[in-house]
Amino acid sequence: MLHIECPWCGFRDDAEFHYGGEAHITRPDPSTTLTDEKFSEYLFSKTNTKGLLLERWCHRSGCRRWFNVLRNTITNEILEVYPVTEKPSSKQGKETYERNWRRKSPPKKTPKTDEVK
Amino acid sequence: MSSQRFRLREAGRLDRNAPLKFKFDGKIYEGFRGDTLASALLANGVHLVGRSFKYHRPRGHLGVGAVEANALIQVGEGNSTEPNIRASQVEIYDGLVASSQNRWPSLLFDLGGVNDLLGGLIPAGFYYKTFMWPRKWWMKYEYFIRRAAGLGKAPTGRDPDRYEKMHAHCDVLIVGAGPAGLAAALAASKTGARVIIADDQQTFGGSLNRETDCYINDKTTVDWCKDVVATLEGLPDVTMLPNTTVSGYYEQNYLTLLETTKPHFFKSTIQQTRHRLWKVRVKQVILATGMIERPLVFANNDRPGIMLSSAIREYINKYGVTPGQNPLIFTNNDDAYRTALTMRQNNINVVAIVDVRENPDSELFRQAKEMQIPVHVGFAVVTTRGYSRIKSATIMKLSSNGKTLTGERKVLGCDCLAMSGGWNPAIHLFSQSGGKVKWNDELATFIPSEATQNVLTIGGCNGTADLAKSLKEGLQAGISAARLSGNKAHPPATPSVQEPVQSETRFVLPIPTQKNKFVSEKVFIDFQNDVTLSDIQLASREGYNSVEHLKRYTTVGMGTDQGKTSNVNALMLLSQILDCEPEQVGYTTFRPPYAPTTIGAYAGRNIGNLFSPVRTTAINPWHEEAGAKFEHVGQWMRAWYYPKVNETMRQAVDREVTAARTNIGILDASTLGKIDIQGPDAAEFLNRVYTNAWLKLPPGTSRYGLMLKEDGMVMDDGVTTCIKENHYHMTTTTGGAASVLEWLEEWLQTEWPNLKVYLTSVTEQWAVAAICGPKSRELLQELCTDIDLSDKAFPFMGYREGTVAGIKARIFRISFTGELSFEINVPRSYGLSLWEKLLDVGKKYEICPYGTEAMHVLRAEKGFIIVGQETDGTVTPVDLGMDWIISKTKPDFIGKRALSRRDIIKADRKQLVGLLADNATDILPEGSQIVEEVLPKPPMSMIGHVTSSYFSPNCGRPIAMALIKSGRDRMGQTVYIPLKNKSIAATITNVNFLDNVSK
Repeated sequence: MLHIECPWCGFRDDAEFHYGGEAHITRPDPSTTLTDEKFSEYLFSKTNTKGLLLERWCHRSGCRRWFNVLRNTITNEILEVYPVTEKPSSKQGKETYERNWRRKSPPKKTPKTDEVK
Repeated sequence: MSSQRFRLREAGRLDRNAPLKFKFDGKIYEGFRGDTLASALLANGVHLVGRSFKYHRPRGHLGVGAVEANALIQVGEGNSTEPNIRASQVEIYDGLVASSQNRWPSLLFDLGGVNDLLGGLIPAGFYYKTFMWPRKWWMKYEYFIRRAAGLGKAPTGRDPDRYEKMHAHCDVLIVGAGPAGLAAALAASKTGARVIIADDQQTFGGSLNRETDCYINDKTTVDWCKDVVATLEGLPDVTMLPNTTVSGYYEQNYLTLLETTKPHFFKSTIQQTRHRLWKVRVKQVILATGMIERPLVFANNDRPGIMLSSAIREYINKYGVTPGQNPLIFTNNDDAYRTALTMRQNNINVVAIVDVRENPDSELFRQAKEMQIPVHVGFAVVTTRGYSRIKSATIMKLSSNGKTLTGERKVLGCDCLAMSGGWNPAIHLFSQSGGKVKWNDELATFIPSEATQNVLTIGGCNGTADLAKSLKEGLQAGISAARLSGNKAHPPATPSVQEPVQSETRFVLPIPTQKNKFVSEKVFIDFQNDVTLSDIQLASREGYNSVEHLKRYTTVGMGTDQGKTSNVNALMLLSQILDCEPEQVGYTTFRPPYAPTTIGAYAGRNIGNLFSPVRTTAINPWHEEAGAKFEHVGQWMRAWYYPKVNETMRQAVDREVTAARTNIGILDASTLGKIDIQGPDAAEFLNRVYTNAWLKLPPGTSRYGLMLKEDGMVMDDGVTTCIKENHYHMTTTTGGAASVLEWLEEWLQTEWPNLKVYLTSVTEQWAVAAICGPKSRELLQELCTDIDLSDKAFPFMGYREGTVAGIKARIFRISFTGELSFEINVPRSYGLSLWEKLLDVGKKYEICPYGTEAMHVLRAEKGFIIVGQETDGTVTPVDLGMDWIISKTKPDFIGKRALSRRDIIKADRKQLVGLLADNATDILPEGSQIVEEVLPKPPMSMIGHVTSSYFSPNCGRPIAMALIKSGRDRMGQTVYIPLKNKSIAATITNVNFLDNVSK
């Protein structure tokens, strides 16, 4: 069982927490027009990393606060815990944030024939 | 009753004044307090204790403690029985009953033994190859294979024993109380650190209990051990757990320990705890799990009487039992000489030592010579004979490269064979912790290398064989672990140690065999899973060269044994076949638990009423009094219906449903989720989480809202009321209360942290009585005088605060039935008195309490949905025909963008419609599949399914709701519901049955 440090309550067993999946997924601005493909990427495409992952947790059975965690998915080592509204501040956290495919300029691809313009 | 023929007069540390009687396979034997079932059986000369898994070969005892791979027995009787326990781990008590497994009709004559003769026909992968064809027959094969698989028998009734869980924290957990573990505990505990030390044996000491030729500070190892244990027992911060197997090593130093409590539980009439599962969070773990001796790989190495050399030494020195009177020793190292010398000291006639090494040279070797034990240097045992017990062994000279045999065959008679093939550190827990292992050439085994958690390995677990070094490692580890966990420590003095020096080992693997045309000569690698040398070779020939494939194809290292004695031999053989280094072959990952753990221990006390919390409303005592039938809704107990004497469920529900539309029905609606929402941005927040418009809802009014997930699918629904400016009262479905609150918090905290909104769950604060029906206003009027209840003053979807039956109340004029309805909320502690008052005053209106079943029928008559019944996470509001609730003008709400995705606007999505069976007596089963055309047999392409179905007394016929592809375009169309014995025809209609179906 993971031992997670809630920023408000301290170390607790993971049974008290709720996992919230990948962190730092930007919700598309609803006022802009968005292709189905772009929207689906936001909705369905999640990073499935073997290694460092920035993810969200909620201290459900405690203070009910959401926060972000940098975790190694191989060893389950937790390297950083930081507020949900901020970016990671550790070196590895910053690297993981920048290395994520969402932050890279999208690869140019020829649109499929059935793609809605 | 048999006498204990093999009990030694001098050796052992048992309570010989406490003889105990026990039963094995129906026969009564005697042992002493302190015996395990294995040692007591050995004392009585019982070697044959089981049949092997696949070939049903006779099997005896192999090792001690958790290492035992063969002697799996069934202990206890009736529902308190437990199968597959190692005989070496059962402490005997007076009246113990045990039996052997996997044999029929008897242990000595087992019909399954025919498998041994057919061995050539059932090689590795036999099942995969044979029973896959023809494919259809698998179901037939499976029946017989399942019957043949498994060893013991599970009890059929409820387990009468009690199991517990214990949670603990400590600075240092030491696994294993052998020399290294005890030294570590001694060093760590003196610093004031909180220490737990666990060992799977009933007495601490590990190998210290086995050796008589070592001295620590001029004391015998046993005396030193007793002193240390006494010291530790006197320290307040040390918890000592004998009979406790550390079974799992998880993330962030979280470990599970299985404690077996005292053994008399089997016969006690008082309910006692049988197992206790410890869950411990540890700052620093020290693994002192020791080493496991390795069997030698030679033909017929599995006969009863063939045992690990160190195990025999332990049976002699600890239990005072010799497994044989004429033992033969077969070794590749010096350690087995200690067994020979121990035997000689106890006046046991050692037939000979067969040593594969060509020039053994050590003090131990010279001592054996001095004691005139015949030693066959450079020889090997090539096969053995004997059915229920070894009778003789054949030895031959090995060639210098160890690959062939030379010279004459010599047959040596014996009744026991001690084999020693080297040592493997017990690295299971280290591997579970995520640590990496590396190959060590000198020991020819894997030892721990890089750790990924706060763990230290010491002594045998670290590959350290000698006692002095183990103690030193233990002391050092104890100190550093205490320091790392924040305690101040000074290293204690290293003790002086006398122990025999050992020379090198010669690894000959496998021992060559002589071809024998007539008898099948099996060379066993894995005793528990009956995996032989030829299975490993076959697997490799067939391309299973990866260690993970080898394991799965041959089953080597599986079962309850998890390769304790077999893994390294199998890997070495594979590396030989592949002609590469064992390091390259690698190691399979160990998984918890280290030793079998009863399911009962995992369940603990969380069974029956304690399995899950039960929530009840304030009005629950009345429901129980009234003889209501209950149903579980999430954790809630809700009144389902209230049958009168001799009334069927259908009759009761019909009566309740009719009353709610003709007089007054009353429902306990307290379980609905309630969330108090406050803050200057509350309206804006509601506007974003619901699909419809919320910015202009005036105080004193309510609105129905639908919540979607971001993918556009319906998630929850409910009515939210504006109490006053910036203060709202939200209701959710009973089952969705917790998840909706969490969902709202998530959006507030992660997506819209700038919104000033505060959420509080108030589900338990309010008791709710919903009165419904044409006479409900009259009733309420009698009890509430400070609110004008007229339709004009208090319209539909209105909200008022006032006094009902003298209780301050919140009243909502909302309806889930289509009738005139008031939901009266009072503080929970007043719930029951409000309910009783309403019923009392309501008598003259023929008020009728109704349960959840009637509530379902009433809402279905009006075509109202229930989230979770009409929806399943794949249904949009458009599918439900609820387009009216989706705002076209709002710039954003959760799920808005998804509703215009290509897949969501397709015309052939399943849509909610009504279904009326053509025969007005047929009630369609909920969940039934719907087809356009009935074919003689499946498959038929289905176009939808029935979501709700009831008999509606107000419509006078059954009604149903269904999700059907393009349903709204099919109005009036006939569809079919194929059931097991018949098909029902039904017509697609509107869902508002009450207003459309004429009675």
